[in-house]
Amino acid sequence: MTRLVIVGNGMAGARLVSEVRARDKHVKVTVIGAETWQPYNRVLLSNVVAGTMLPDQVRLLDPAWYADHSVTALLGVEVTAIDRETQAVLTADGRREPYDVLVLATGSEAVVPPVPGAAGAMAFRTLDDCRAILAAAGAARRAVVVGGGLLGIEAARGLAGRGLPVTLLHLAGHLMERQLDAEAGLVLGETLAELGVTVRTGAVVEEILGDGVRLAGGETVGSDLVVLACGVRPVTGLAGDAGLEVARGIVVDDEMRTDDPSIFAIGECAQHDGTVYGLVAPAWEQAAVVADLVTGTDKTSRYRGSRLVTRLKARSVELAAMGETHLTEDDAEVVCFSHRARGTYRKLVIRDGRLVGAILLGETAAVGALTQLFDRGSPVPADPSGLLFPGLPGSAVTESPVRMPDAAKVCQCNNVTKGQIRACWESGARDVEAVAAATRATTGCGGCRDVVEGIVGWLCEQEGISV
Amino acid sequence: MKPPESTIGDVPISLSALTPVKATATHCPYCALQCGMSVAVDETVTITPRKDIPANAGGLCQKGWTAGELLTSGDRLTTPLLYGEPVGWDEALDFVAARIRAVQGEHGPDGVAVFGGGGLTNEKAYQLGKFARMVLRTSQIDYNGRFCMSSAAAAANRAFGMDRGLPFPITDLAGADAVLIAGGNVAETMPPFVRHLTAMRDRGGRLVVIDPRATATARQADLHLQPAPGTDLALALGLLHIVIAEGHVDEDYVAGRTSGFDGVRTSAAAWWPERVERITGVPVARMRLAAEILADAGRAVILTGRGAEQHAKGTDTVSAFINLALALGLPGREGSGYGCVTGQGNGQGGREHGQKADQLPGYRRIDDPAARAHVAAVWGIAPEDLPGPGRSAYELLDALGTAAGPRALLLFGSNPVISAPRAGHVTGRLRSLDLLVVSDLVMSETAALADVVFPTTQWAEESGTMTNLEGRVLLRRQAAAPPPGVRSDLEILRGLAVRLRGAEGFPADPREVFDELRRASAGGTADYAGITYERIAAETGVFWPCPAEDHPGTPRPFLDRFATPDGRARFVPVEHRPPEEDIDRDYPLYLTTGRVLAHYQSGAQTRRIAALNAVVPEVFVELHPDLAERLEVEPGDLLRVVGRRGAAEGVARITPAVRPDTVFMPFHWAGANLLTNPALDPVSRMPEFKVCAVKLERVG
Repeated sequence: MTRLVIVGNGMAGARLVSEVRARDKHVKVTVIGAETWQPYNRVLLSNVVAGTMLPDQVRLLDPAWYADHSVTALLGVEVTAIDRETQAVLTADGRREPYDVLVLATGSEAVVPPVPGAAGAMAFRTLDDCRAILAAAGAARRAVVVGGGLLGIEAARGLAGRGLPVTLLHLAGHLMERQLDAEAGLVLGETLAELGVTVRTGAVVEEILGDGVRLAGGETVGSDLVVLACGVRPVTGLAGDAGLEVARGIVVDDEMRTDDPSIFAIGECAQHDGTVYGLVAPAWEQAAVVADLVTGTDKTSRYRGSRLVTRLKARSVELAAMGETHLTEDDAEVVCFSHRARGTYRKLVIRDGRLVGAILLGETAAVGALTQLFDRGSPVPADPSGLLFPGLPGSAVTESPVRMPDAAKVCQCNNVTKGQIRACWESGARDVEAVAAATRATTGCGGCRDVVEGIVGWLCEQEGISV
Repeated sequence: MKPPESTIGDVPISLSALTPVKATATHCPYCALQCGMSVAVDETVTITPRKDIPANAGGLCQKGWTAGELLTSGDRLTTPLLYGEPVGWDEALDFVAARIRAVQGEHGPDGVAVFGGGGLTNEKAYQLGKFARMVLRTSQIDYNGRFCMSSAAAAANRAFGMDRGLPFPITDLAGADAVLIAGGNVAETMPPFVRHLTAMRDRGGRLVVIDPRATATARQADLHLQPAPGTDLALALGLLHIVIAEGHVDEDYVAGRTSGFDGVRTSAAAWWPERVERITGVPVARMRLAAEILADAGRAVILTGRGAEQHAKGTDTVSAFINLALALGLPGREGSGYGCVTGQGNGQGGREHGQKADQLPGYRRIDDPAARAHVAAVWGIAPEDLPGPGRSAYELLDALGTAAGPRALLLFGSNPVISAPRAGHVTGRLRSLDLLVVSDLVMSETAALADVVFPTTQWAEESGTMTNLEGRVLLRRQAAAPPPGVRSDLEILRGLAVRLRGAEGFPADPREVFDELRRASAGGTADYAGITYERIAAETGVFWPCPAEDHPGTPRPFLDRFATPDGRARFVPVEHRPPEEDIDRDYPLYLTTGRVLAHYQSGAQTRRIAALNAVVPEVFVELHPDLAERLEVEPGDLLRVVGRRGAAEGVARITPAVRPDTVFMPFHWAGANLLTNPALDPVSRMPEFKVCAVKLERVG
């Protein structure tokens, strides 16, 4: 029987475990995780910081799940080496776990900037980090978040939501510069400012002090809580030590297999076709492919890369960004709408009649339609303005009785037109009851009663005028 | 018992002035609302709504108002047909009995199958099940309600231990502060239902509708969520996720009245709203608003309809909405709850009394030894003489005429040539039978294939009980004499029983059948023991369970406990998965199917009523303006909708009410179901009617 060993019990590893069990009840599965927690949903950590979810509400599997599904879980156990020769992994507590198939899902770790005092700041990456931030936030009076990417903004918004004044320091010229163009970054900063987050772009941090952060140029931003969100780097040490090919991440093919055919890598530690993905959706797609292959459920299963949609999860800030948002008119059609006073910015990037990028900031009613156009590569309509300004189809019921054509259907339930009501009035009906008795209008769902009253009233008024 | 009162106000007409003195108080022939109506038959038929039935309280839609035309339709069958030629009743019954004997002699009892319908009265549904099990001794019986209510039923049973469509009176809706309808278009399917929603909204309550189309119902909603077809399950999980994340779970209720929440809480954690948005296309902000509307409501009701249920994951989808309702503490609280909007006229009673493959009367399971013993005793046979469970509806139709399947079929109250999924294939199976017997009032598309057709009485020409969407048992009284030559289904079953086994136990009088049904259902989940025709008349309907004649009936069965062994409602963890047939390069559009106001089911009745046919005379295809522009389609163009199982034509209707990735076809005509996917739900055996992949072509 195949012995499957998974190193890493985060979003990717835990997903793989359940995907494998959903396909095969028998393959022997051992998962080894360095964190002592049950696997949890990293996507929801910003909710924990914001205080809308408790730490035990973000777990991915119930504690009893492993026993119920005969999976061996070694939690709080660090893997120190892979012995490819004998096909086993070695752990810090002296275990030797033999494998037929090994999957590395070691994820990534927070980048700590090489500045003095960085050890006194808090990373924002794990559930333990969140608990430390929460503990510190209780006593803090003001906070600084370093890093204006997705995680940094979510952390800043979460802390501001707890009533702390927050300064968000960002090295680049605008926020989320990988996903957003400069104007979107600007509008986002203004939105955050209204929520209690002061944004400083182009801010170079030189030192983290006990009572603040010193910037290049000497200015100090006062703070008694500093959170670092300066990006992540793939954890590839085990793979590198074992002699597997590692570039930025562990290099894998379309089967998510490394250059050792019995070792796979998935999630944020893996590099597929030149790309290391930092979002959950690709990791879960990769887990499904490996589960298909390892269990033999679908031997043709392949991972072909993912289209990325970034959704900021921060209360009162609606932001979606996808694809190639930086393309200009030189390479694509760009459709833009900006209304800074309302915190609204919308941009579509269209190439060859397909949506290849989009930003929606502020009102995001269009986000569902845009995401699905982007994901599927479906054709964009010739006039894309409807995509930026989706409106609900109007309801005919509110139409004025004066302007309504005679052919307009007033009562759907009994198929009565305005013309029929007029005819009914002309043969003597002077109130709703008489019209209803003659035409059955209003007797179904009752929704047209106001309109029928309006028509009868208007006709009576006309009569009055003509008399 | 005092008859219930309406909470939805009056229609603005004086019904007493319109209603002839000699009119009979009865109910509409069509949907599960079973609107009360008075029928007077003179030279002409006069129909007026009744105010004493709370479901419609004086309202009627055009289908109801025009139902009288059915009684005078020139298309009525009035003589049995053998191979299309008129014959006498004895000849037809003799022929069928002889053929049944021959087929069973060669292929055993299961060589003959029975297919029923959710429009049959309780008496007919009961007698049909009894006839199959006791006379034919076949396990092969199921009915078209499998295509209708089975997912909601399965999910309600596993959560509450009981499946009563609305476990509360419909009048509760008017008192709610919020109602969420997932995949139901009541404004077209049962218009007077909307009066209850309007009364709610007039009080300040809010209506949320989930539908891939901006239907007539969705357009009246305060909030419309428009997911891609086949993604309701993800949407329900996303709503639950938000309810949990925002701290809206009713923890006291969950602790005191439910079990299994931990597993559901964990599974919902993986369905954060941004993930759900990408799958469903519903913006996160709208999901949040929907969750907020439900959570803020003092009294809230969650309803599901066929749009959520008719999927290969329909049971899990309903479970997801029930989980949402349970997390909010709604079921079993007066004024709140979960319910399904039952579709067919007797879709509730029809699923209780034994025309379902796995079921005996009283909503008993056919594999339960105690249930078998009870029913066998009522029928005067040995429990071991009862057959076991048989094939579900589509599996049964799919097996017809095959080596392992039935060789003969007796069909009552259904028209699967139009209404079954993958209808072209089903038609082929029906043609391959050695014997097809159809009982119908008109020459339906399925009757047209039959070796023998029995002309049967309808609706106002016979009496019987119907159990409406509330679980309220109603009396549909005979108001007209049937045309000469026509017999009731009960008479037909008796005629066959006489020839095959003996008349005993097969009376033709509905009241006698009902009295036996009461005994057979006694002690079961759907207990009718205390319900009599007199009580129904006096009390304007009686809610089951009603175990004794001095029992008041049970309008709200879950107030104190659920019908599970420990009295707690059960959370069931479920996961979303994509449609069985998703869109791809070759078939880039979703097809979803549904109804229009002017027609009912396969249209066998409504397509024969001039006033209704004038409203919607032919099948159409709804498509979005963007899609129409891309395909250069103009309104009224003839389109061919092509899928993996067939193709169908329809006239283009261009409307922004449908998503750009989706086309819609009503299924009241031959067409839509040539395309639909018979992939089955693993629990309910419901086919995936509501989503398949197609492409569009212009004809000519």
